[in-house]
Amino acid sequence: MRKAQGSWEKRILKSLNSMCTELSIPLARKRPVGEQKELLSKWNEMGTDEPDLSLFRPVYAPKDFLEVLINLRNPNYENGDYLSFRTHLGLIQVPLKVKDIPELKELFVELGLTTGQLGIDDATQVPPELFENEHVRIGQKVLAEQDSAAAQQYVRQGSPTALRAELWALILNISSQPEDILYYEQLKTNVIQHDLLVDSLIYKDVKLTASNDDYYFVFEDYLYQVLLCFSRDTSVLGHFAYNSASPPKSYIRGKLGIEEYAVFYPPNGVIPFHGFSMYVAPLCFLYHEPSKLYQIFREMYVRFFFRLHSISSHPSGIVSLCLLFETLLQTHLPQLFYHLREIGAQPLRISFKWMVRAFSGYLATDQLLLLWDRILGYNSLELLAVLAAAVFAFRAVNLMEVTSLAAAEAVLADLSTLKVMPLLQIFLFATVT
Amino acid sequence: MSRPKNQNYKAYGSSKGKEREQRTSVRFKTTFMNTLIDVLRHRPGWVEVKDEGEWDFYWCDIGWLRENFDHTYMDEHVRISHFRNHYELTRKNYMVKNLKRFRKQLEREAGKLEAAKCDFFPKTFELPSEYHLFVEEFRKNPGITWIMKPVARSQGKGIFLFRRLKDIMDWRKGTAGKKPTSLEAQQARGAVNPSGSHDSRSSDDQKEEIPVENYVAQRYIENPYLIGGRKFDLRVYVLVMSYIPLRAWLYRDGFARFSNTRFTLNSIDDQYVHLTNVAVQKTSPDYHPKKGCKWMLQRFRQYLASKHGPEAVETLFSNMDNIFIKSLQSVQKVIISDKHCFELYGYDILIDQDLKPWLLEVNASPSLTASSPEDYELKACLLEDTLHIVDMEARLTGKEKRVGGFDLMWNDGPVSREEGAPDLSETGNFATNTHLGCINDRKAQLRQLFRSLQSQKKASS
Repeated sequence: MRKAQGSWEKRILKSLNSMCTELSIPLARKRPVGEQKELLSKWNEMGTDEPDLSLFRPVYAPKDFLEVLINLRNPNYENGDYLSFRTHLGLIQVPLKVKDIPELKELFVELGLTTGQLGIDDATQVPPELFENEHVRIGQKVLAEQDSAAAQQYVRQGSPTALRAELWALILNISSQPEDILYYEQLKTNVIQHDLLVDSLIYKDVKLTASNDDYYFVFEDYLYQVLLCFSRDTSVLGHFAYNSASPPKSYIRGKLGIEEYAVFYPPNGVIPFHGFSMYVAPLCFLYHEPSKLYQIFREMYVRFFFRLHSISSHPSGIVSLCLLFETLLQTHLPQLFYHLREIGAQPLRISFKWMVRAFSGYLATDQLLLLWDRILGYNSLELLAVLAAAVFAFRAVNLMEVTSLAAAEAVLADLSTLKVMPLLQIFLFATVT
Repeated sequence: MSRPKNQNYKAYGSSKGKEREQRTSVRFKTTFMNTLIDVLRHRPGWVEVKDEGEWDFYWCDIGWLRENFDHTYMDEHVRISHFRNHYELTRKNYMVKNLKRFRKQLEREAGKLEAAKCDFFPKTFELPSEYHLFVEEFRKNPGITWIMKPVARSQGKGIFLFRRLKDIMDWRKGTAGKKPTSLEAQQARGAVNPSGSHDSRSSDDQKEEIPVENYVAQRYIENPYLIGGRKFDLRVYVLVMSYIPLRAWLYRDGFARFSNTRFTLNSIDDQYVHLTNVAVQKTSPDYHPKKGCKWMLQRFRQYLASKHGPEAVETLFSNMDNIFIKSLQSVQKVIISDKHCFELYGYDILIDQDLKPWLLEVNASPSLTASSPEDYELKACLLEDTLHIVDMEARLTGKEKRVGGFDLMWNDGPVSREEGAPDLSETGNFATNTHLGCINDRKAQLRQLFRSLQSQKKASS
């Protein structure tokens, strides 16, 4: 796995470097004073800037990453040439251990049919006395006591809209101390003083994705403020201690190969890909103060999101998620799986982008936030794979009738009307296995 | 049926008493070739008539109304989509006059506190008639920004901001001497048609004068609530079925329209910053049609709730209810309440940073053209439900409090969310039957409604 991650990183870095040479733009440069002043005055409205980004391309897109994952093979494992019941028909060919439905039911026990949920039991037809009022009361109590562990347990049943921002901050251990605000201001100064090539990639990504989204376009400015600072935050390097990835290195001009002159590039070690800004966009709904928004995002990234684009064997890593998704589908909807495979529409090809983005931009915001409640609550991303499978199960009837990949994509193009919690509940607890 | 009045026709087919005849086929007419025509054409049993044919239902434009309403005879069952003198509510200068008068009346009858509930309209002066009053107010508040709006135009045309009297001196010199174009003059003339309560100019005088375009100068709200640094306003739909008694419905859906550029008071010349009309935004160099700059009201309500908590949001929305009701009450006695008329208004509301809602204006012909598939869906459902309430098919009992996405907001008195009559004590602290920005499960509701109506009919026949 590490070898695969290493060679993937080499590829990305090569791509970045070649873009750099092609466009003759340095990876980093110090801004002239005039430019610094200008940027500082425009800090709150960077979205109005329209730099020429036509020559920039995102370094990679999720589908490129998928190709890499598909080609992962364990050299110690002999699959054998004969087909059997056990043969995995999906794209991922790495034999990682993934949970099956009974194990998932155990893990996600609070999502069961007999437990109250926000996203189900707060529907208009359900009188609030049955669950919602009590749940809100408990939430307020948890916040009053500032109990982080209790908060984590609490959000497994969903978080009330008014309490969510504080609850998440409590779970992620974010409190706006003066030193945090100072740190953010320091990052901001770094942005003003130096211009990185990566900045243009960030601009391009925001313009391509979040700005075009019907709901997140409003937060465009916040996204720049967060992501530009993020790319300069060296404290993010800390997460590479438990990440199979390693930060890309670059060398001071003229000193190629000499280790003393190696620096991490970008400073936080994370090269953004197409759609990266969508990790931040939903958070803008909850946090409006830039330094707090920044901290929440950074913490979410180093706890969860990084796993979605690095190759590892971790159960919440993207490889495991893909395998979990495919296994669930093959085991419980074999007809559908086989049919889609036959028409050249491997299910993972469609669901991969959902999982890499943690469904941001695909689900309606309120549903997405309910999903992320549970991710925080269970400290695991496995629900992303379960939800992906549940979506396929939900639209199975239509999918059985399609005859091409394009048609399958069309059936699954619009997820904005889906209700996340009922789907998860039905798939995990109400389907006959 | 409708026919020109000068023909000697005896009315027939008119039903006596309260029983409305059920129509098997409804002949409709309209000149609007957008969402509306789709909805009308798809309605079962509705047949389009063109040109001179006779109609049972006409969704007309206000130009036609002005020229023909007075000469058209309509049978009892016939419906038309405007009130004859809707401009009492929708023309900015008339609305201000009516509201001011209503406020005085309220103060006399119910005291200062009650009258203060009418303070949702920024201070407005009609120009040129109230110029001196305006200057007095202007001098009392140096440094604030004012917005100048032409009385009869829409879609953001002719609007500008100013801070110094000098700016409008220049403007006065510019337009006061100018002859409006013949089209503008015609419109101005038609719109300033004396309704007996305002100008006492006779029609002869009018022909002599060059009509000067009327403007209002309004205090500009300098601290609008911003989302993502952007200014926005809310478009809300209110359906009025009659003024006497006042029956008004509020649609649950609507949208927030964002300005494309970031809000700052530094650039008052930048129309694009301050005006949020989609029509103006569309011409901004920043405008990308794919972006769309609208949020559905549900999204807006959720955003506010997560930021300020549900109580603050409840207060805001009930203050908006107050705006709708008071504005309608202020013109209740002035509007000619013809039983053939109904009207779908588009209210434009601005929220300031203290979460106080302000009324910007009321539109008698809110745009029914869709700017995106989502917008199309909203407008199509809005129109469908409007037609359900107009009820040409005579299916409703008249006791309904909800039809599709519409909630009955006022029925000659407040309507309570609970069953039974509301507690009409002075505190009036009951849950009103409005659900603006809430979940709109209209399909399910309509299914249930019509099924129960059908079974009721079967039972009674």
